[in-house]
Amino acid sequence: MKTAGSSATRLARQLLVPAIVLLAWEGISRAGWVSPIILPAPSQVLVRWIDYARPLAPYDPAEGSRLRWIFSGELPHDALASLIRVAGGFAVGLVLALPLGLLMGAKPMVYELMNPLVQIVRPIPPIAFIPLAILWFGLGNPPAFFLISLGAFFPILMNTIAGVRNVDAIYVRAARNLGASEWTLFWRVMVPAAMPYILAGVRIGFGVAFIVVIVAEMIAVNSGLGYRILEAREYFWSDKVIAGMISIGLAGLGIDVGMNRLNAWLLRWHRGVEG
Amino acid sequence: MAAALAGGAPAIQVRGVRKVFSGSEGEVLALDGIDLDVEPGELVCLLGPSGCGKSTLLNAIAGFSPPTSGSIVANGRAVTAPGPDRAMVFQEYALFPWMTVEKNVAFGLEMAKVPARERRERVDALLAMLNLREFRDRFPKDLSGGMRQRVAIARVLAIDSPMLLMDEPFGALDALTRRNLQDELLRIWAKLRKTIVFVTHGIEESIYLADRVVVMTYRPGTVKRIVPVTLPRPRDPAAPEFNALKREISQMVMEEQARHAQAEVGGATAD
Repeated sequence: MKTAGSSATRLARQLLVPAIVLLAWEGISRAGWVSPIILPAPSQVLVRWIDYARPLAPYDPAEGSRLRWIFSGELPHDALASLIRVAGGFAVGLVLALPLGLLMGAKPMVYELMNPLVQIVRPIPPIAFIPLAILWFGLGNPPAFFLISLGAFFPILMNTIAGVRNVDAIYVRAARNLGASEWTLFWRVMVPAAMPYILAGVRIGFGVAFIVVIVAEMIAVNSGLGYRILEAREYFWSDKVIAGMISIGLAGLGIDVGMNRLNAWLLRWHRGVEG
Repeated sequence: MAAALAGGAPAIQVRGVRKVFSGSEGEVLALDGIDLDVEPGELVCLLGPSGCGKSTLLNAIAGFSPPTSGSIVANGRAVTAPGPDRAMVFQEYALFPWMTVEKNVAFGLEMAKVPARERRERVDALLAMLNLREFRDRFPKDLSGGMRQRVAIARVLAIDSPMLLMDEPFGALDALTRRNLQDELLRIWAKLRKTIVFVTHGIEESIYLADRVVVMTYRPGTVKRIVPVTLPRPRDPAAPEFNALKREISQMVMEEQARHAQAEVGGATAD
């Protein structure tokens, strides 16, 4: 399909549908057709979002730097709590999945030993582990970390195995021919050759971790973005629920953009770099 | 390199090599009763239609896939595994796409634990020799096929193997680039005097390059005839002597193709 016109008209065209939706939404809410508890107007959501994001107290130099004050609001706290959980849980999942995946991919013996267990546990959605996670680890951060790392673990594991198993035999031949030992062959040939697969797994793993953190916070933890939107619902603050959802969306978008950049850089040698 | 070998012994000695592939459709006899000696510093072409087992023989010499029976001795040692004393150039280049040109060329030297400074000097010299200097920081995906094969040649020259095994290295290139690289190869060979075994299905290519052309039969692959090429280099493919040889060898290859016309389409072409 052809998109004609200058960048200004293109921008206008891209903004057209969102603008219509927002205007219609605003109109419907203002006309009083639906209760503001069911569907608050976007302007109301925006006000609430600013309220949620801004510092609670006026700036007081005695309390610390200005930067610290700017991030002293409720939203930065919640976002930070969620992001730390995602990053921590994801890191644990990655650190466990990567070596196991490399080993399972490279050693048929390990693959045969581990694969049945992996295949049995893998299809269970991480969310289904919530009751057990709470029984094992109680409430708070421990079950959240457990669930998030579990969510990140399997996509990374499966892709790493596939990546190592699909390394083109020609690279292995060339490396052996040039005198590479088993160890170098693994680290300098197999791992980089598998990297496109591994990074795709890392990206999926991060996506799953992000879903799991929100659910875990709704059930097992008393902070973070997921907790906040559930709390807001208890008070029928639907404007805050939506403001929280938008914050979650923005955080997810930010993570995805960051991952994309990292991918593009790590795979700058690769033919079909996506995104 | 050649002088380091025991006096007068061939660089490669192939004796009674037989290779059977067993697959789902039964067994295929790919090579049978191959005897071949390659002298140190000699350039030998293995010529035959696709599927005649010439690449199988090369892979056996490289140590990638051992023969079912018979023996191969290279550089005075029985071949049991691949190694840097028998450097291989693949048709698909087989460059490591995640490494820059420079890193690819340096790879074998790193494996041989050559100190960084010497490594750099050798890589610099090779990049200069193959006109690759301004491409040193590029990744293989950004190079043309001809450039990639130059890098692949630089990569095996770096490890200073006494022997190059080349598996249809210029098969995927256009005619002009191919001639270019053939000349380049002859220049390097004249300078470094390595033993080269060059697999091709191009009759003209084999006469243009080789000291001896080994014409192979089709399934099982055996040595049909060994044709010495004594024309002085640089050879002129338009010269009458060249064409006489070409006609002679074409005839042999055609016979093989006719024998198995129903089994295989394509194969040897006078390029």
